[in-house]
Amino acid sequence: MPGPIQSLERAAAILRLLAGGERRLGLSEVSASLGLAKGTAHGILRTLQQEGFVEQDLESGKYQLGAELLRLGQSYLDVHELRARALVWADDLARAGGETVYLGVLHQHGVLIVHHVFRPDDSRQVLEVGSMQPLHSTALGKVLLAHDPVARGELDEFPPETFTSRTLTDLAAIDEECALTRERGWSAAVEETWPGVASIGALIQDRRRNPVGAVCISGAVERVCEAGVVRPDLVVAVREAARAISRDLGAARF
Amino acid sequence: MTTTLSNGGQYIAAIDQGTTSSRCIIFGADGRIVAVDQQEHSQIFPQPGWVEHDGAEIWTRVQSVVAGALEKADLTRSDIRAIGITNQRETTILWDRHTGEPVHNALVWQDTRTEALCKELGRNVGQDRFRRETGLPLASYFAGPKIRWLLDNVEGLRERAEAGDILFGTMDSWVIWNLTGGPDGGVHVTDVTNASRTLLMNLHTLEWDAKILESMDVPAALLPEIRSSAEVYGNAVGVLEGVPVASALGDQQAALFGQTCFDEGEAKSTYGTGTFLLLNTGEKAVNSYHGLLTTVGYRIGDQKPVYALEGSIAVTGSLVQWLRDQLGIISTAAEIETLASTVQDNGGAYIVPAFSGLFAPYWRSDARGVITGLTRYVTKGHLARAVLEATAWQTREVVDAMAKDSGVTLTALKVDGGMTSNNLLMQNIADVLDAPVERPFVAETTALGAAYAAGLAVGFWPDLDTLRANWHRAAEWTPRMDQATRDREYKNWLKAVERTMGWIEEDEPTA
Repeated sequence: MPGPIQSLERAAAILRLLAGGERRLGLSEVSASLGLAKGTAHGILRTLQQEGFVEQDLESGKYQLGAELLRLGQSYLDVHELRARALVWADDLARAGGETVYLGVLHQHGVLIVHHVFRPDDSRQVLEVGSMQPLHSTALGKVLLAHDPVARGELDEFPPETFTSRTLTDLAAIDEECALTRERGWSAAVEETWPGVASIGALIQDRRRNPVGAVCISGAVERVCEAGVVRPDLVVAVREAARAISRDLGAARF
Repeated sequence: MTTTLSNGGQYIAAIDQGTTSSRCIIFGADGRIVAVDQQEHSQIFPQPGWVEHDGAEIWTRVQSVVAGALEKADLTRSDIRAIGITNQRETTILWDRHTGEPVHNALVWQDTRTEALCKELGRNVGQDRFRRETGLPLASYFAGPKIRWLLDNVEGLRERAEAGDILFGTMDSWVIWNLTGGPDGGVHVTDVTNASRTLLMNLHTLEWDAKILESMDVPAALLPEIRSSAEVYGNAVGVLEGVPVASALGDQQAALFGQTCFDEGEAKSTYGTGTFLLLNTGEKAVNSYHGLLTTVGYRIGDQKPVYALEGSIAVTGSLVQWLRDQLGIISTAAEIETLASTVQDNGGAYIVPAFSGLFAPYWRSDARGVITGLTRYVTKGHLARAVLEATAWQTREVVDAMAKDSGVTLTALKVDGGMTSNNLLMQNIADVLDAPVERPFVAETTALGAAYAAGLAVGFWPDLDTLRANWHRAAEWTPRMDQATRDREYKNWLKAVERTMGWIEEDEPTA
């Protein structure tokens, strides 16, 4: 095992220095305090600045801790914030697609439903916010699984359950499905959890392009699929909704 | 899509002239939003309690958002079948009919400078002096006393007004007059819903009340013609040249219309910083003995007017903001739900946000907010829950008052506004009302209501049933609380409310 990386140690020391005592320090103060050559300290500060961990005051030229560092400490996205930002787009997706829309996040080896928009036909439907769906056999779950190595690792310990004859339970097959989901940017689950139900999902990302959740459209297989595969127009609608929500969360346009 | 006739447009434009911004939203025939443009305008605070808007700025913003929305939708005026207007209510502007220039900044509904004047106007009768005719108490929100203040305080204005050189309007009138040509033939009208917020219109005749005008010393020459909420007032000039201007509704009435509450007993509640609950009472103007306002809901063309009871709750979303900005317990408004979800109940704590007194149904200006029921057991999670419950119980109190006044029991509540994204709150409201709470797909019910009324006026939509068919349920919360819990919690809430009263002594200033 290689020893500690010197430049990382120095960067950490600079961050600690900026975090304590005086809030703003000049280059010479930083280099003097840590016994570093000015050129070395400057290089590290410049790199930290590029990453947003350090900011330089334009007038005095002094350095202080950057906003990015503060955000690291609270990086997870509040699911209620996610719902509030997604509301308009989820409504629009349900109306355009004529089917049910769910938003889900990873939670205890499954998908927690954080938002549910009814199918717009005014039939009797029950709000499913707070319920759980499986990871390996739903469109929401597959998207989240495909982008979360930890959740995938947990599948080794908790073997996937069989719900229908179409449920994928072989881990190699699931990995292949995840790879496909990452490659094409969307997932599908056709009668893999519930007979007669098909769903299409896509990933929601935050401003740092971290996966924060997934959105899916879900409905009767006869309406969501054509000739055995999910309808391309619905795939487009789901991906557009996911992009719009991500944009509202501050993700760059993509 | 090709349109050859100027009146064959496939879209309706709604102008929403609100308190903080002006928006233009373009709707398609199925009620879905095609494009939105929005611009904020300045809030002017000349002294504590005074709030003004620059009328000229607002008109500039309105023109700009109309052009902006057309551009975003990639449409031209020939695609727009009609324009509808909805607006912040009661905000008052006077202008010179020859130059189109406002004689003073608009006095905004929140402005309290007419409080003393309202007391004076109440004489020995008190704030209900004009309630029988107008359905309203004498309060500083309403337009009539604001007109009087301007006439008394802008030099030479009364003489010019009596000579017929000055026009009065709420923001609907101001926008319509400018939209239809301003000094060059602009039509000077208002609709029944806006007129019903002036304290000058008789609710039963739907005409300006000569006796009240005399009591308030407001010359009739100032006043716009009162028209229905859905008819062609005139044609626009400018970007939308030739497009009929075909509806006007105060914002809360527009939301009632957008929620398609067309039947007696249907109600909507808009949850924002404050909350406005309106109940359709059909062709009857129901007098309130429980602190509600009687108002016109809407009137379509020459049909009979539809009345409504209105209950407003001053502090709902703003209580969440208070927790965020003043106490710093949460960092975003949405986090209130996360925090409240960390506990099962309120832990015995209740918050009554009587920040500036109690409103409907109590109307006690001597009340101030309380947090009560505190023990060592109470956590910030419990307080977060108490914050959400405060909105639910205040809704319940208004709904109960409406039931007492109208004899109608609510079967379901249609909700809109920003707080509808709060799942726990919506569930809580369903629980305490013991009635389902329904959220429709289109969140922009205010603009949608104005668009609906304009579309009806020009035959774009044939009838109310067509509009109702556009309403779809996006979510529904059904009651889950057992009756014993509901009764016990309501009793506790009422005890907490009692503890807010009498905090301000008679001789103390009420600031």
